[in-house]
Amino acid sequence: MNKLKKMEGNQFLLIITILLFVIMYIVGIIVFHEKGFTKTQVFLNLLISNAGLIVIATSMTMVLITGGIDISVGSVVAMTCMLLAWMMENKGIGAVPAVILVLLIGVVFGLVQGYLVAYMKIQPFIVTLAGMFFARGMTAIISTDMISIKNEMFLSWAQAKMYMPFGGYVNKKGIIVNPYIYPSVVIALLILVLIFIMLKYTKFGRSIYAIGGNEQSALLMGLNVRRTKLKVYVLDGFLAAFGGFLFCLNTCSGFVEQAKGFEMEAIASAVIGGTLLSGGVGNVFGSLFGVLIKGTIETFINFQGTLSSWWTKITIAALLAFFIILQSVFAKAKEKKK
Amino acid sequence: MKRKVLSVLLSAALAATLMTGCGQATSEPAAEAAPAEEAAPAEEAAPAEEAAADELIVVGYAQVGAESDWRTANTESFKTEFVEANGYKLIFDDAQQKQENQIKAIRSFIQQEVDYIVLAPVVETGWDTVLQEAKEAGIPVILSDRMVDVADDSLYECWVGGNFVKEGEDAAGWLSEYLTAQGRADEEINIVTLQGTIGASAQVGRTEGFASKMADTWTMLDMQTGEFTQSKGQEVMESFLKQYDDIDVVVAENDNMAFGAIDAIKAAGKTCGPEGDIIIISFDAVKAAFESMIAGDMNVSVECNPLHGPRVSEIIQTLESGGTVDKVMYVDEGVFPAETAADTIGSRAY
Repeated sequence: MNKLKKMEGNQFLLIITILLFVIMYIVGIIVFHEKGFTKTQVFLNLLISNAGLIVIATSMTMVLITGGIDISVGSVVAMTCMLLAWMMENKGIGAVPAVILVLLIGVVFGLVQGYLVAYMKIQPFIVTLAGMFFARGMTAIISTDMISIKNEMFLSWAQAKMYMPFGGYVNKKGIIVNPYIYPSVVIALLILVLIFIMLKYTKFGRSIYAIGGNEQSALLMGLNVRRTKLKVYVLDGFLAAFGGFLFCLNTCSGFVEQAKGFEMEAIASAVIGGTLLSGGVGNVFGSLFGVLIKGTIETFINFQGTLSSWWTKITIAALLAFFIILQSVFAKAKEKKK
Repeated sequence: MKRKVLSVLLSAALAATLMTGCGQATSEPAAEAAPAEEAAPAEEAAPAEEAAADELIVVGYAQVGAESDWRTANTESFKTEFVEANGYKLIFDDAQQKQENQIKAIRSFIQQEVDYIVLAPVVETGWDTVLQEAKEAGIPVILSDRMVDVADDSLYECWVGGNFVKEGEDAAGWLSEYLTAQGRADEEINIVTLQGTIGASAQVGRTEGFASKMADTWTMLDMQTGEFTQSKGQEVMESFLKQYDDIDVVVAENDNMAFGAIDAIKAAGKTCGPEGDIIIISFDAVKAAFESMIAGDMNVSVECNPLHGPRVSEIIQTLESGGTVDKVMYVDEGVFPAETAADTIGSRAY
């Protein structure tokens, strides 16, 4: 009974997030329709520019559901980009082995963090804080220079446009522009769906919710809490590296300052999408909409043209406040019903 | 309950972090400095009238951020140049020092069908994909300040910025004149250089330019990087002073390092500036450099002009009338010695 209520509240939060996105988008269309906000491409750009963030936010959601947190992801993204660029440009390693290598490094990274969190019982915040410093530091050790990726195979992945069969238009220079996406978008959405299915329908996924909901009861229920947590962090490390790979497809370069504050954007997207930092509640689709909301605000500010881009942060701060208050109200209501 | 409080606190902390923002002061190697007077060339008044009848030219500017005074002056120069009275509409985007934000901004400019995109790239790398998108949409891209590292240079129309090599040459030229005026032209002169961040275009150009104009009687004792920061500049200068006791000239590849060097020299009990033992040559010519020159600590600063707006506007007008422009377009830059500092400081834009 209690669980049913929880799900309802959770679903309600998700609906609010989706509704908010739809309303914002409609407002955008009304306000900026003359400037081309109605174009299919404007929406697709939200996905293109945020493909990496979608994967990172998905993974973050999973970690948050266990009641943990991973603030190392931004640095891992930077390290992944740097490693990819460095391996391909300075070491002459092919694109495929380079990508496989960085994904393996991501897994190892997750394994270490997961072991420290699950078996050594160290606070995830501290563990991943160390991970964050370590990965950022390693990025600088590999190279303090900016490295541009020129590997042909990698660039062909990055630039392979997949045109949509609809929504084309002729721009004012007389050029026909068809809406398009890059493969990174398809991959990101695929990962999102896979993680969604994993969380919802597999034993592993359900254990994640159970552990986040109440670790003691999960333990008493006979779930292997430590093992599950370890697995979550390993998967999270892998997805962080994968998100980094997608991010790199968008920027095609490696440098130390890359993806700074990315972890915070992922956490913000998850929270806006209805994930509770206290664990046990969360939905990866909510996080997707969290990312899309952030992207829409950015697009607004760009289309507006004169507002400071820092308003993005302020708006997101306001949204975060709104959503955590909403969550807290729900939690209170639930407690009363008990 | 405890958990909930914790989660609320964490979220609040998160919101606060988001608001204060990340990645403020990234070191700003490329440049800092400039006078306002030399701006608007006369022909700029003309296009205003014809544009008023016609449509406004829409220009999207993807700016790095607002990390330094130089950058702010650069932004202001665009905001004052690209106004409706001149026939423009400016869409300005501040990328907060993040490349991914600039990529997003360019994509958004393409959707808004701007006529021109001006890009001051945060980094030189990783622009192939998005510039290709702009090219396919038929929108010319003009680069400001920093170059991009792309395989195909038809992806951008041209680059506008300071000529770092010439700045280096100007610095050496000034030194040679100064020494001649002091009657020290035949003397052995020992020089040390505080280099910028190695590999930054400002460092490479200034080092190269200065080296190419070295006189036979000059000796370059040592060169080390001070990474464009005051503290590192001071540190390196301290070690130079311990190593060499006969330094005549310090070349600092930006003003901040020069300030650090001046502190180090004073701490070591030596003197610098026009009245002192050691000649200080610096680059950028920010307002603080003028103050330092007036205080008698610095000898000269070679400017790095941030006022790119008028130059970019000229280029756009040329392109609009069907003309072509060179791939590399320099802005005018001056040399400001200490003698004139008091007179010019009032006219500095920053």
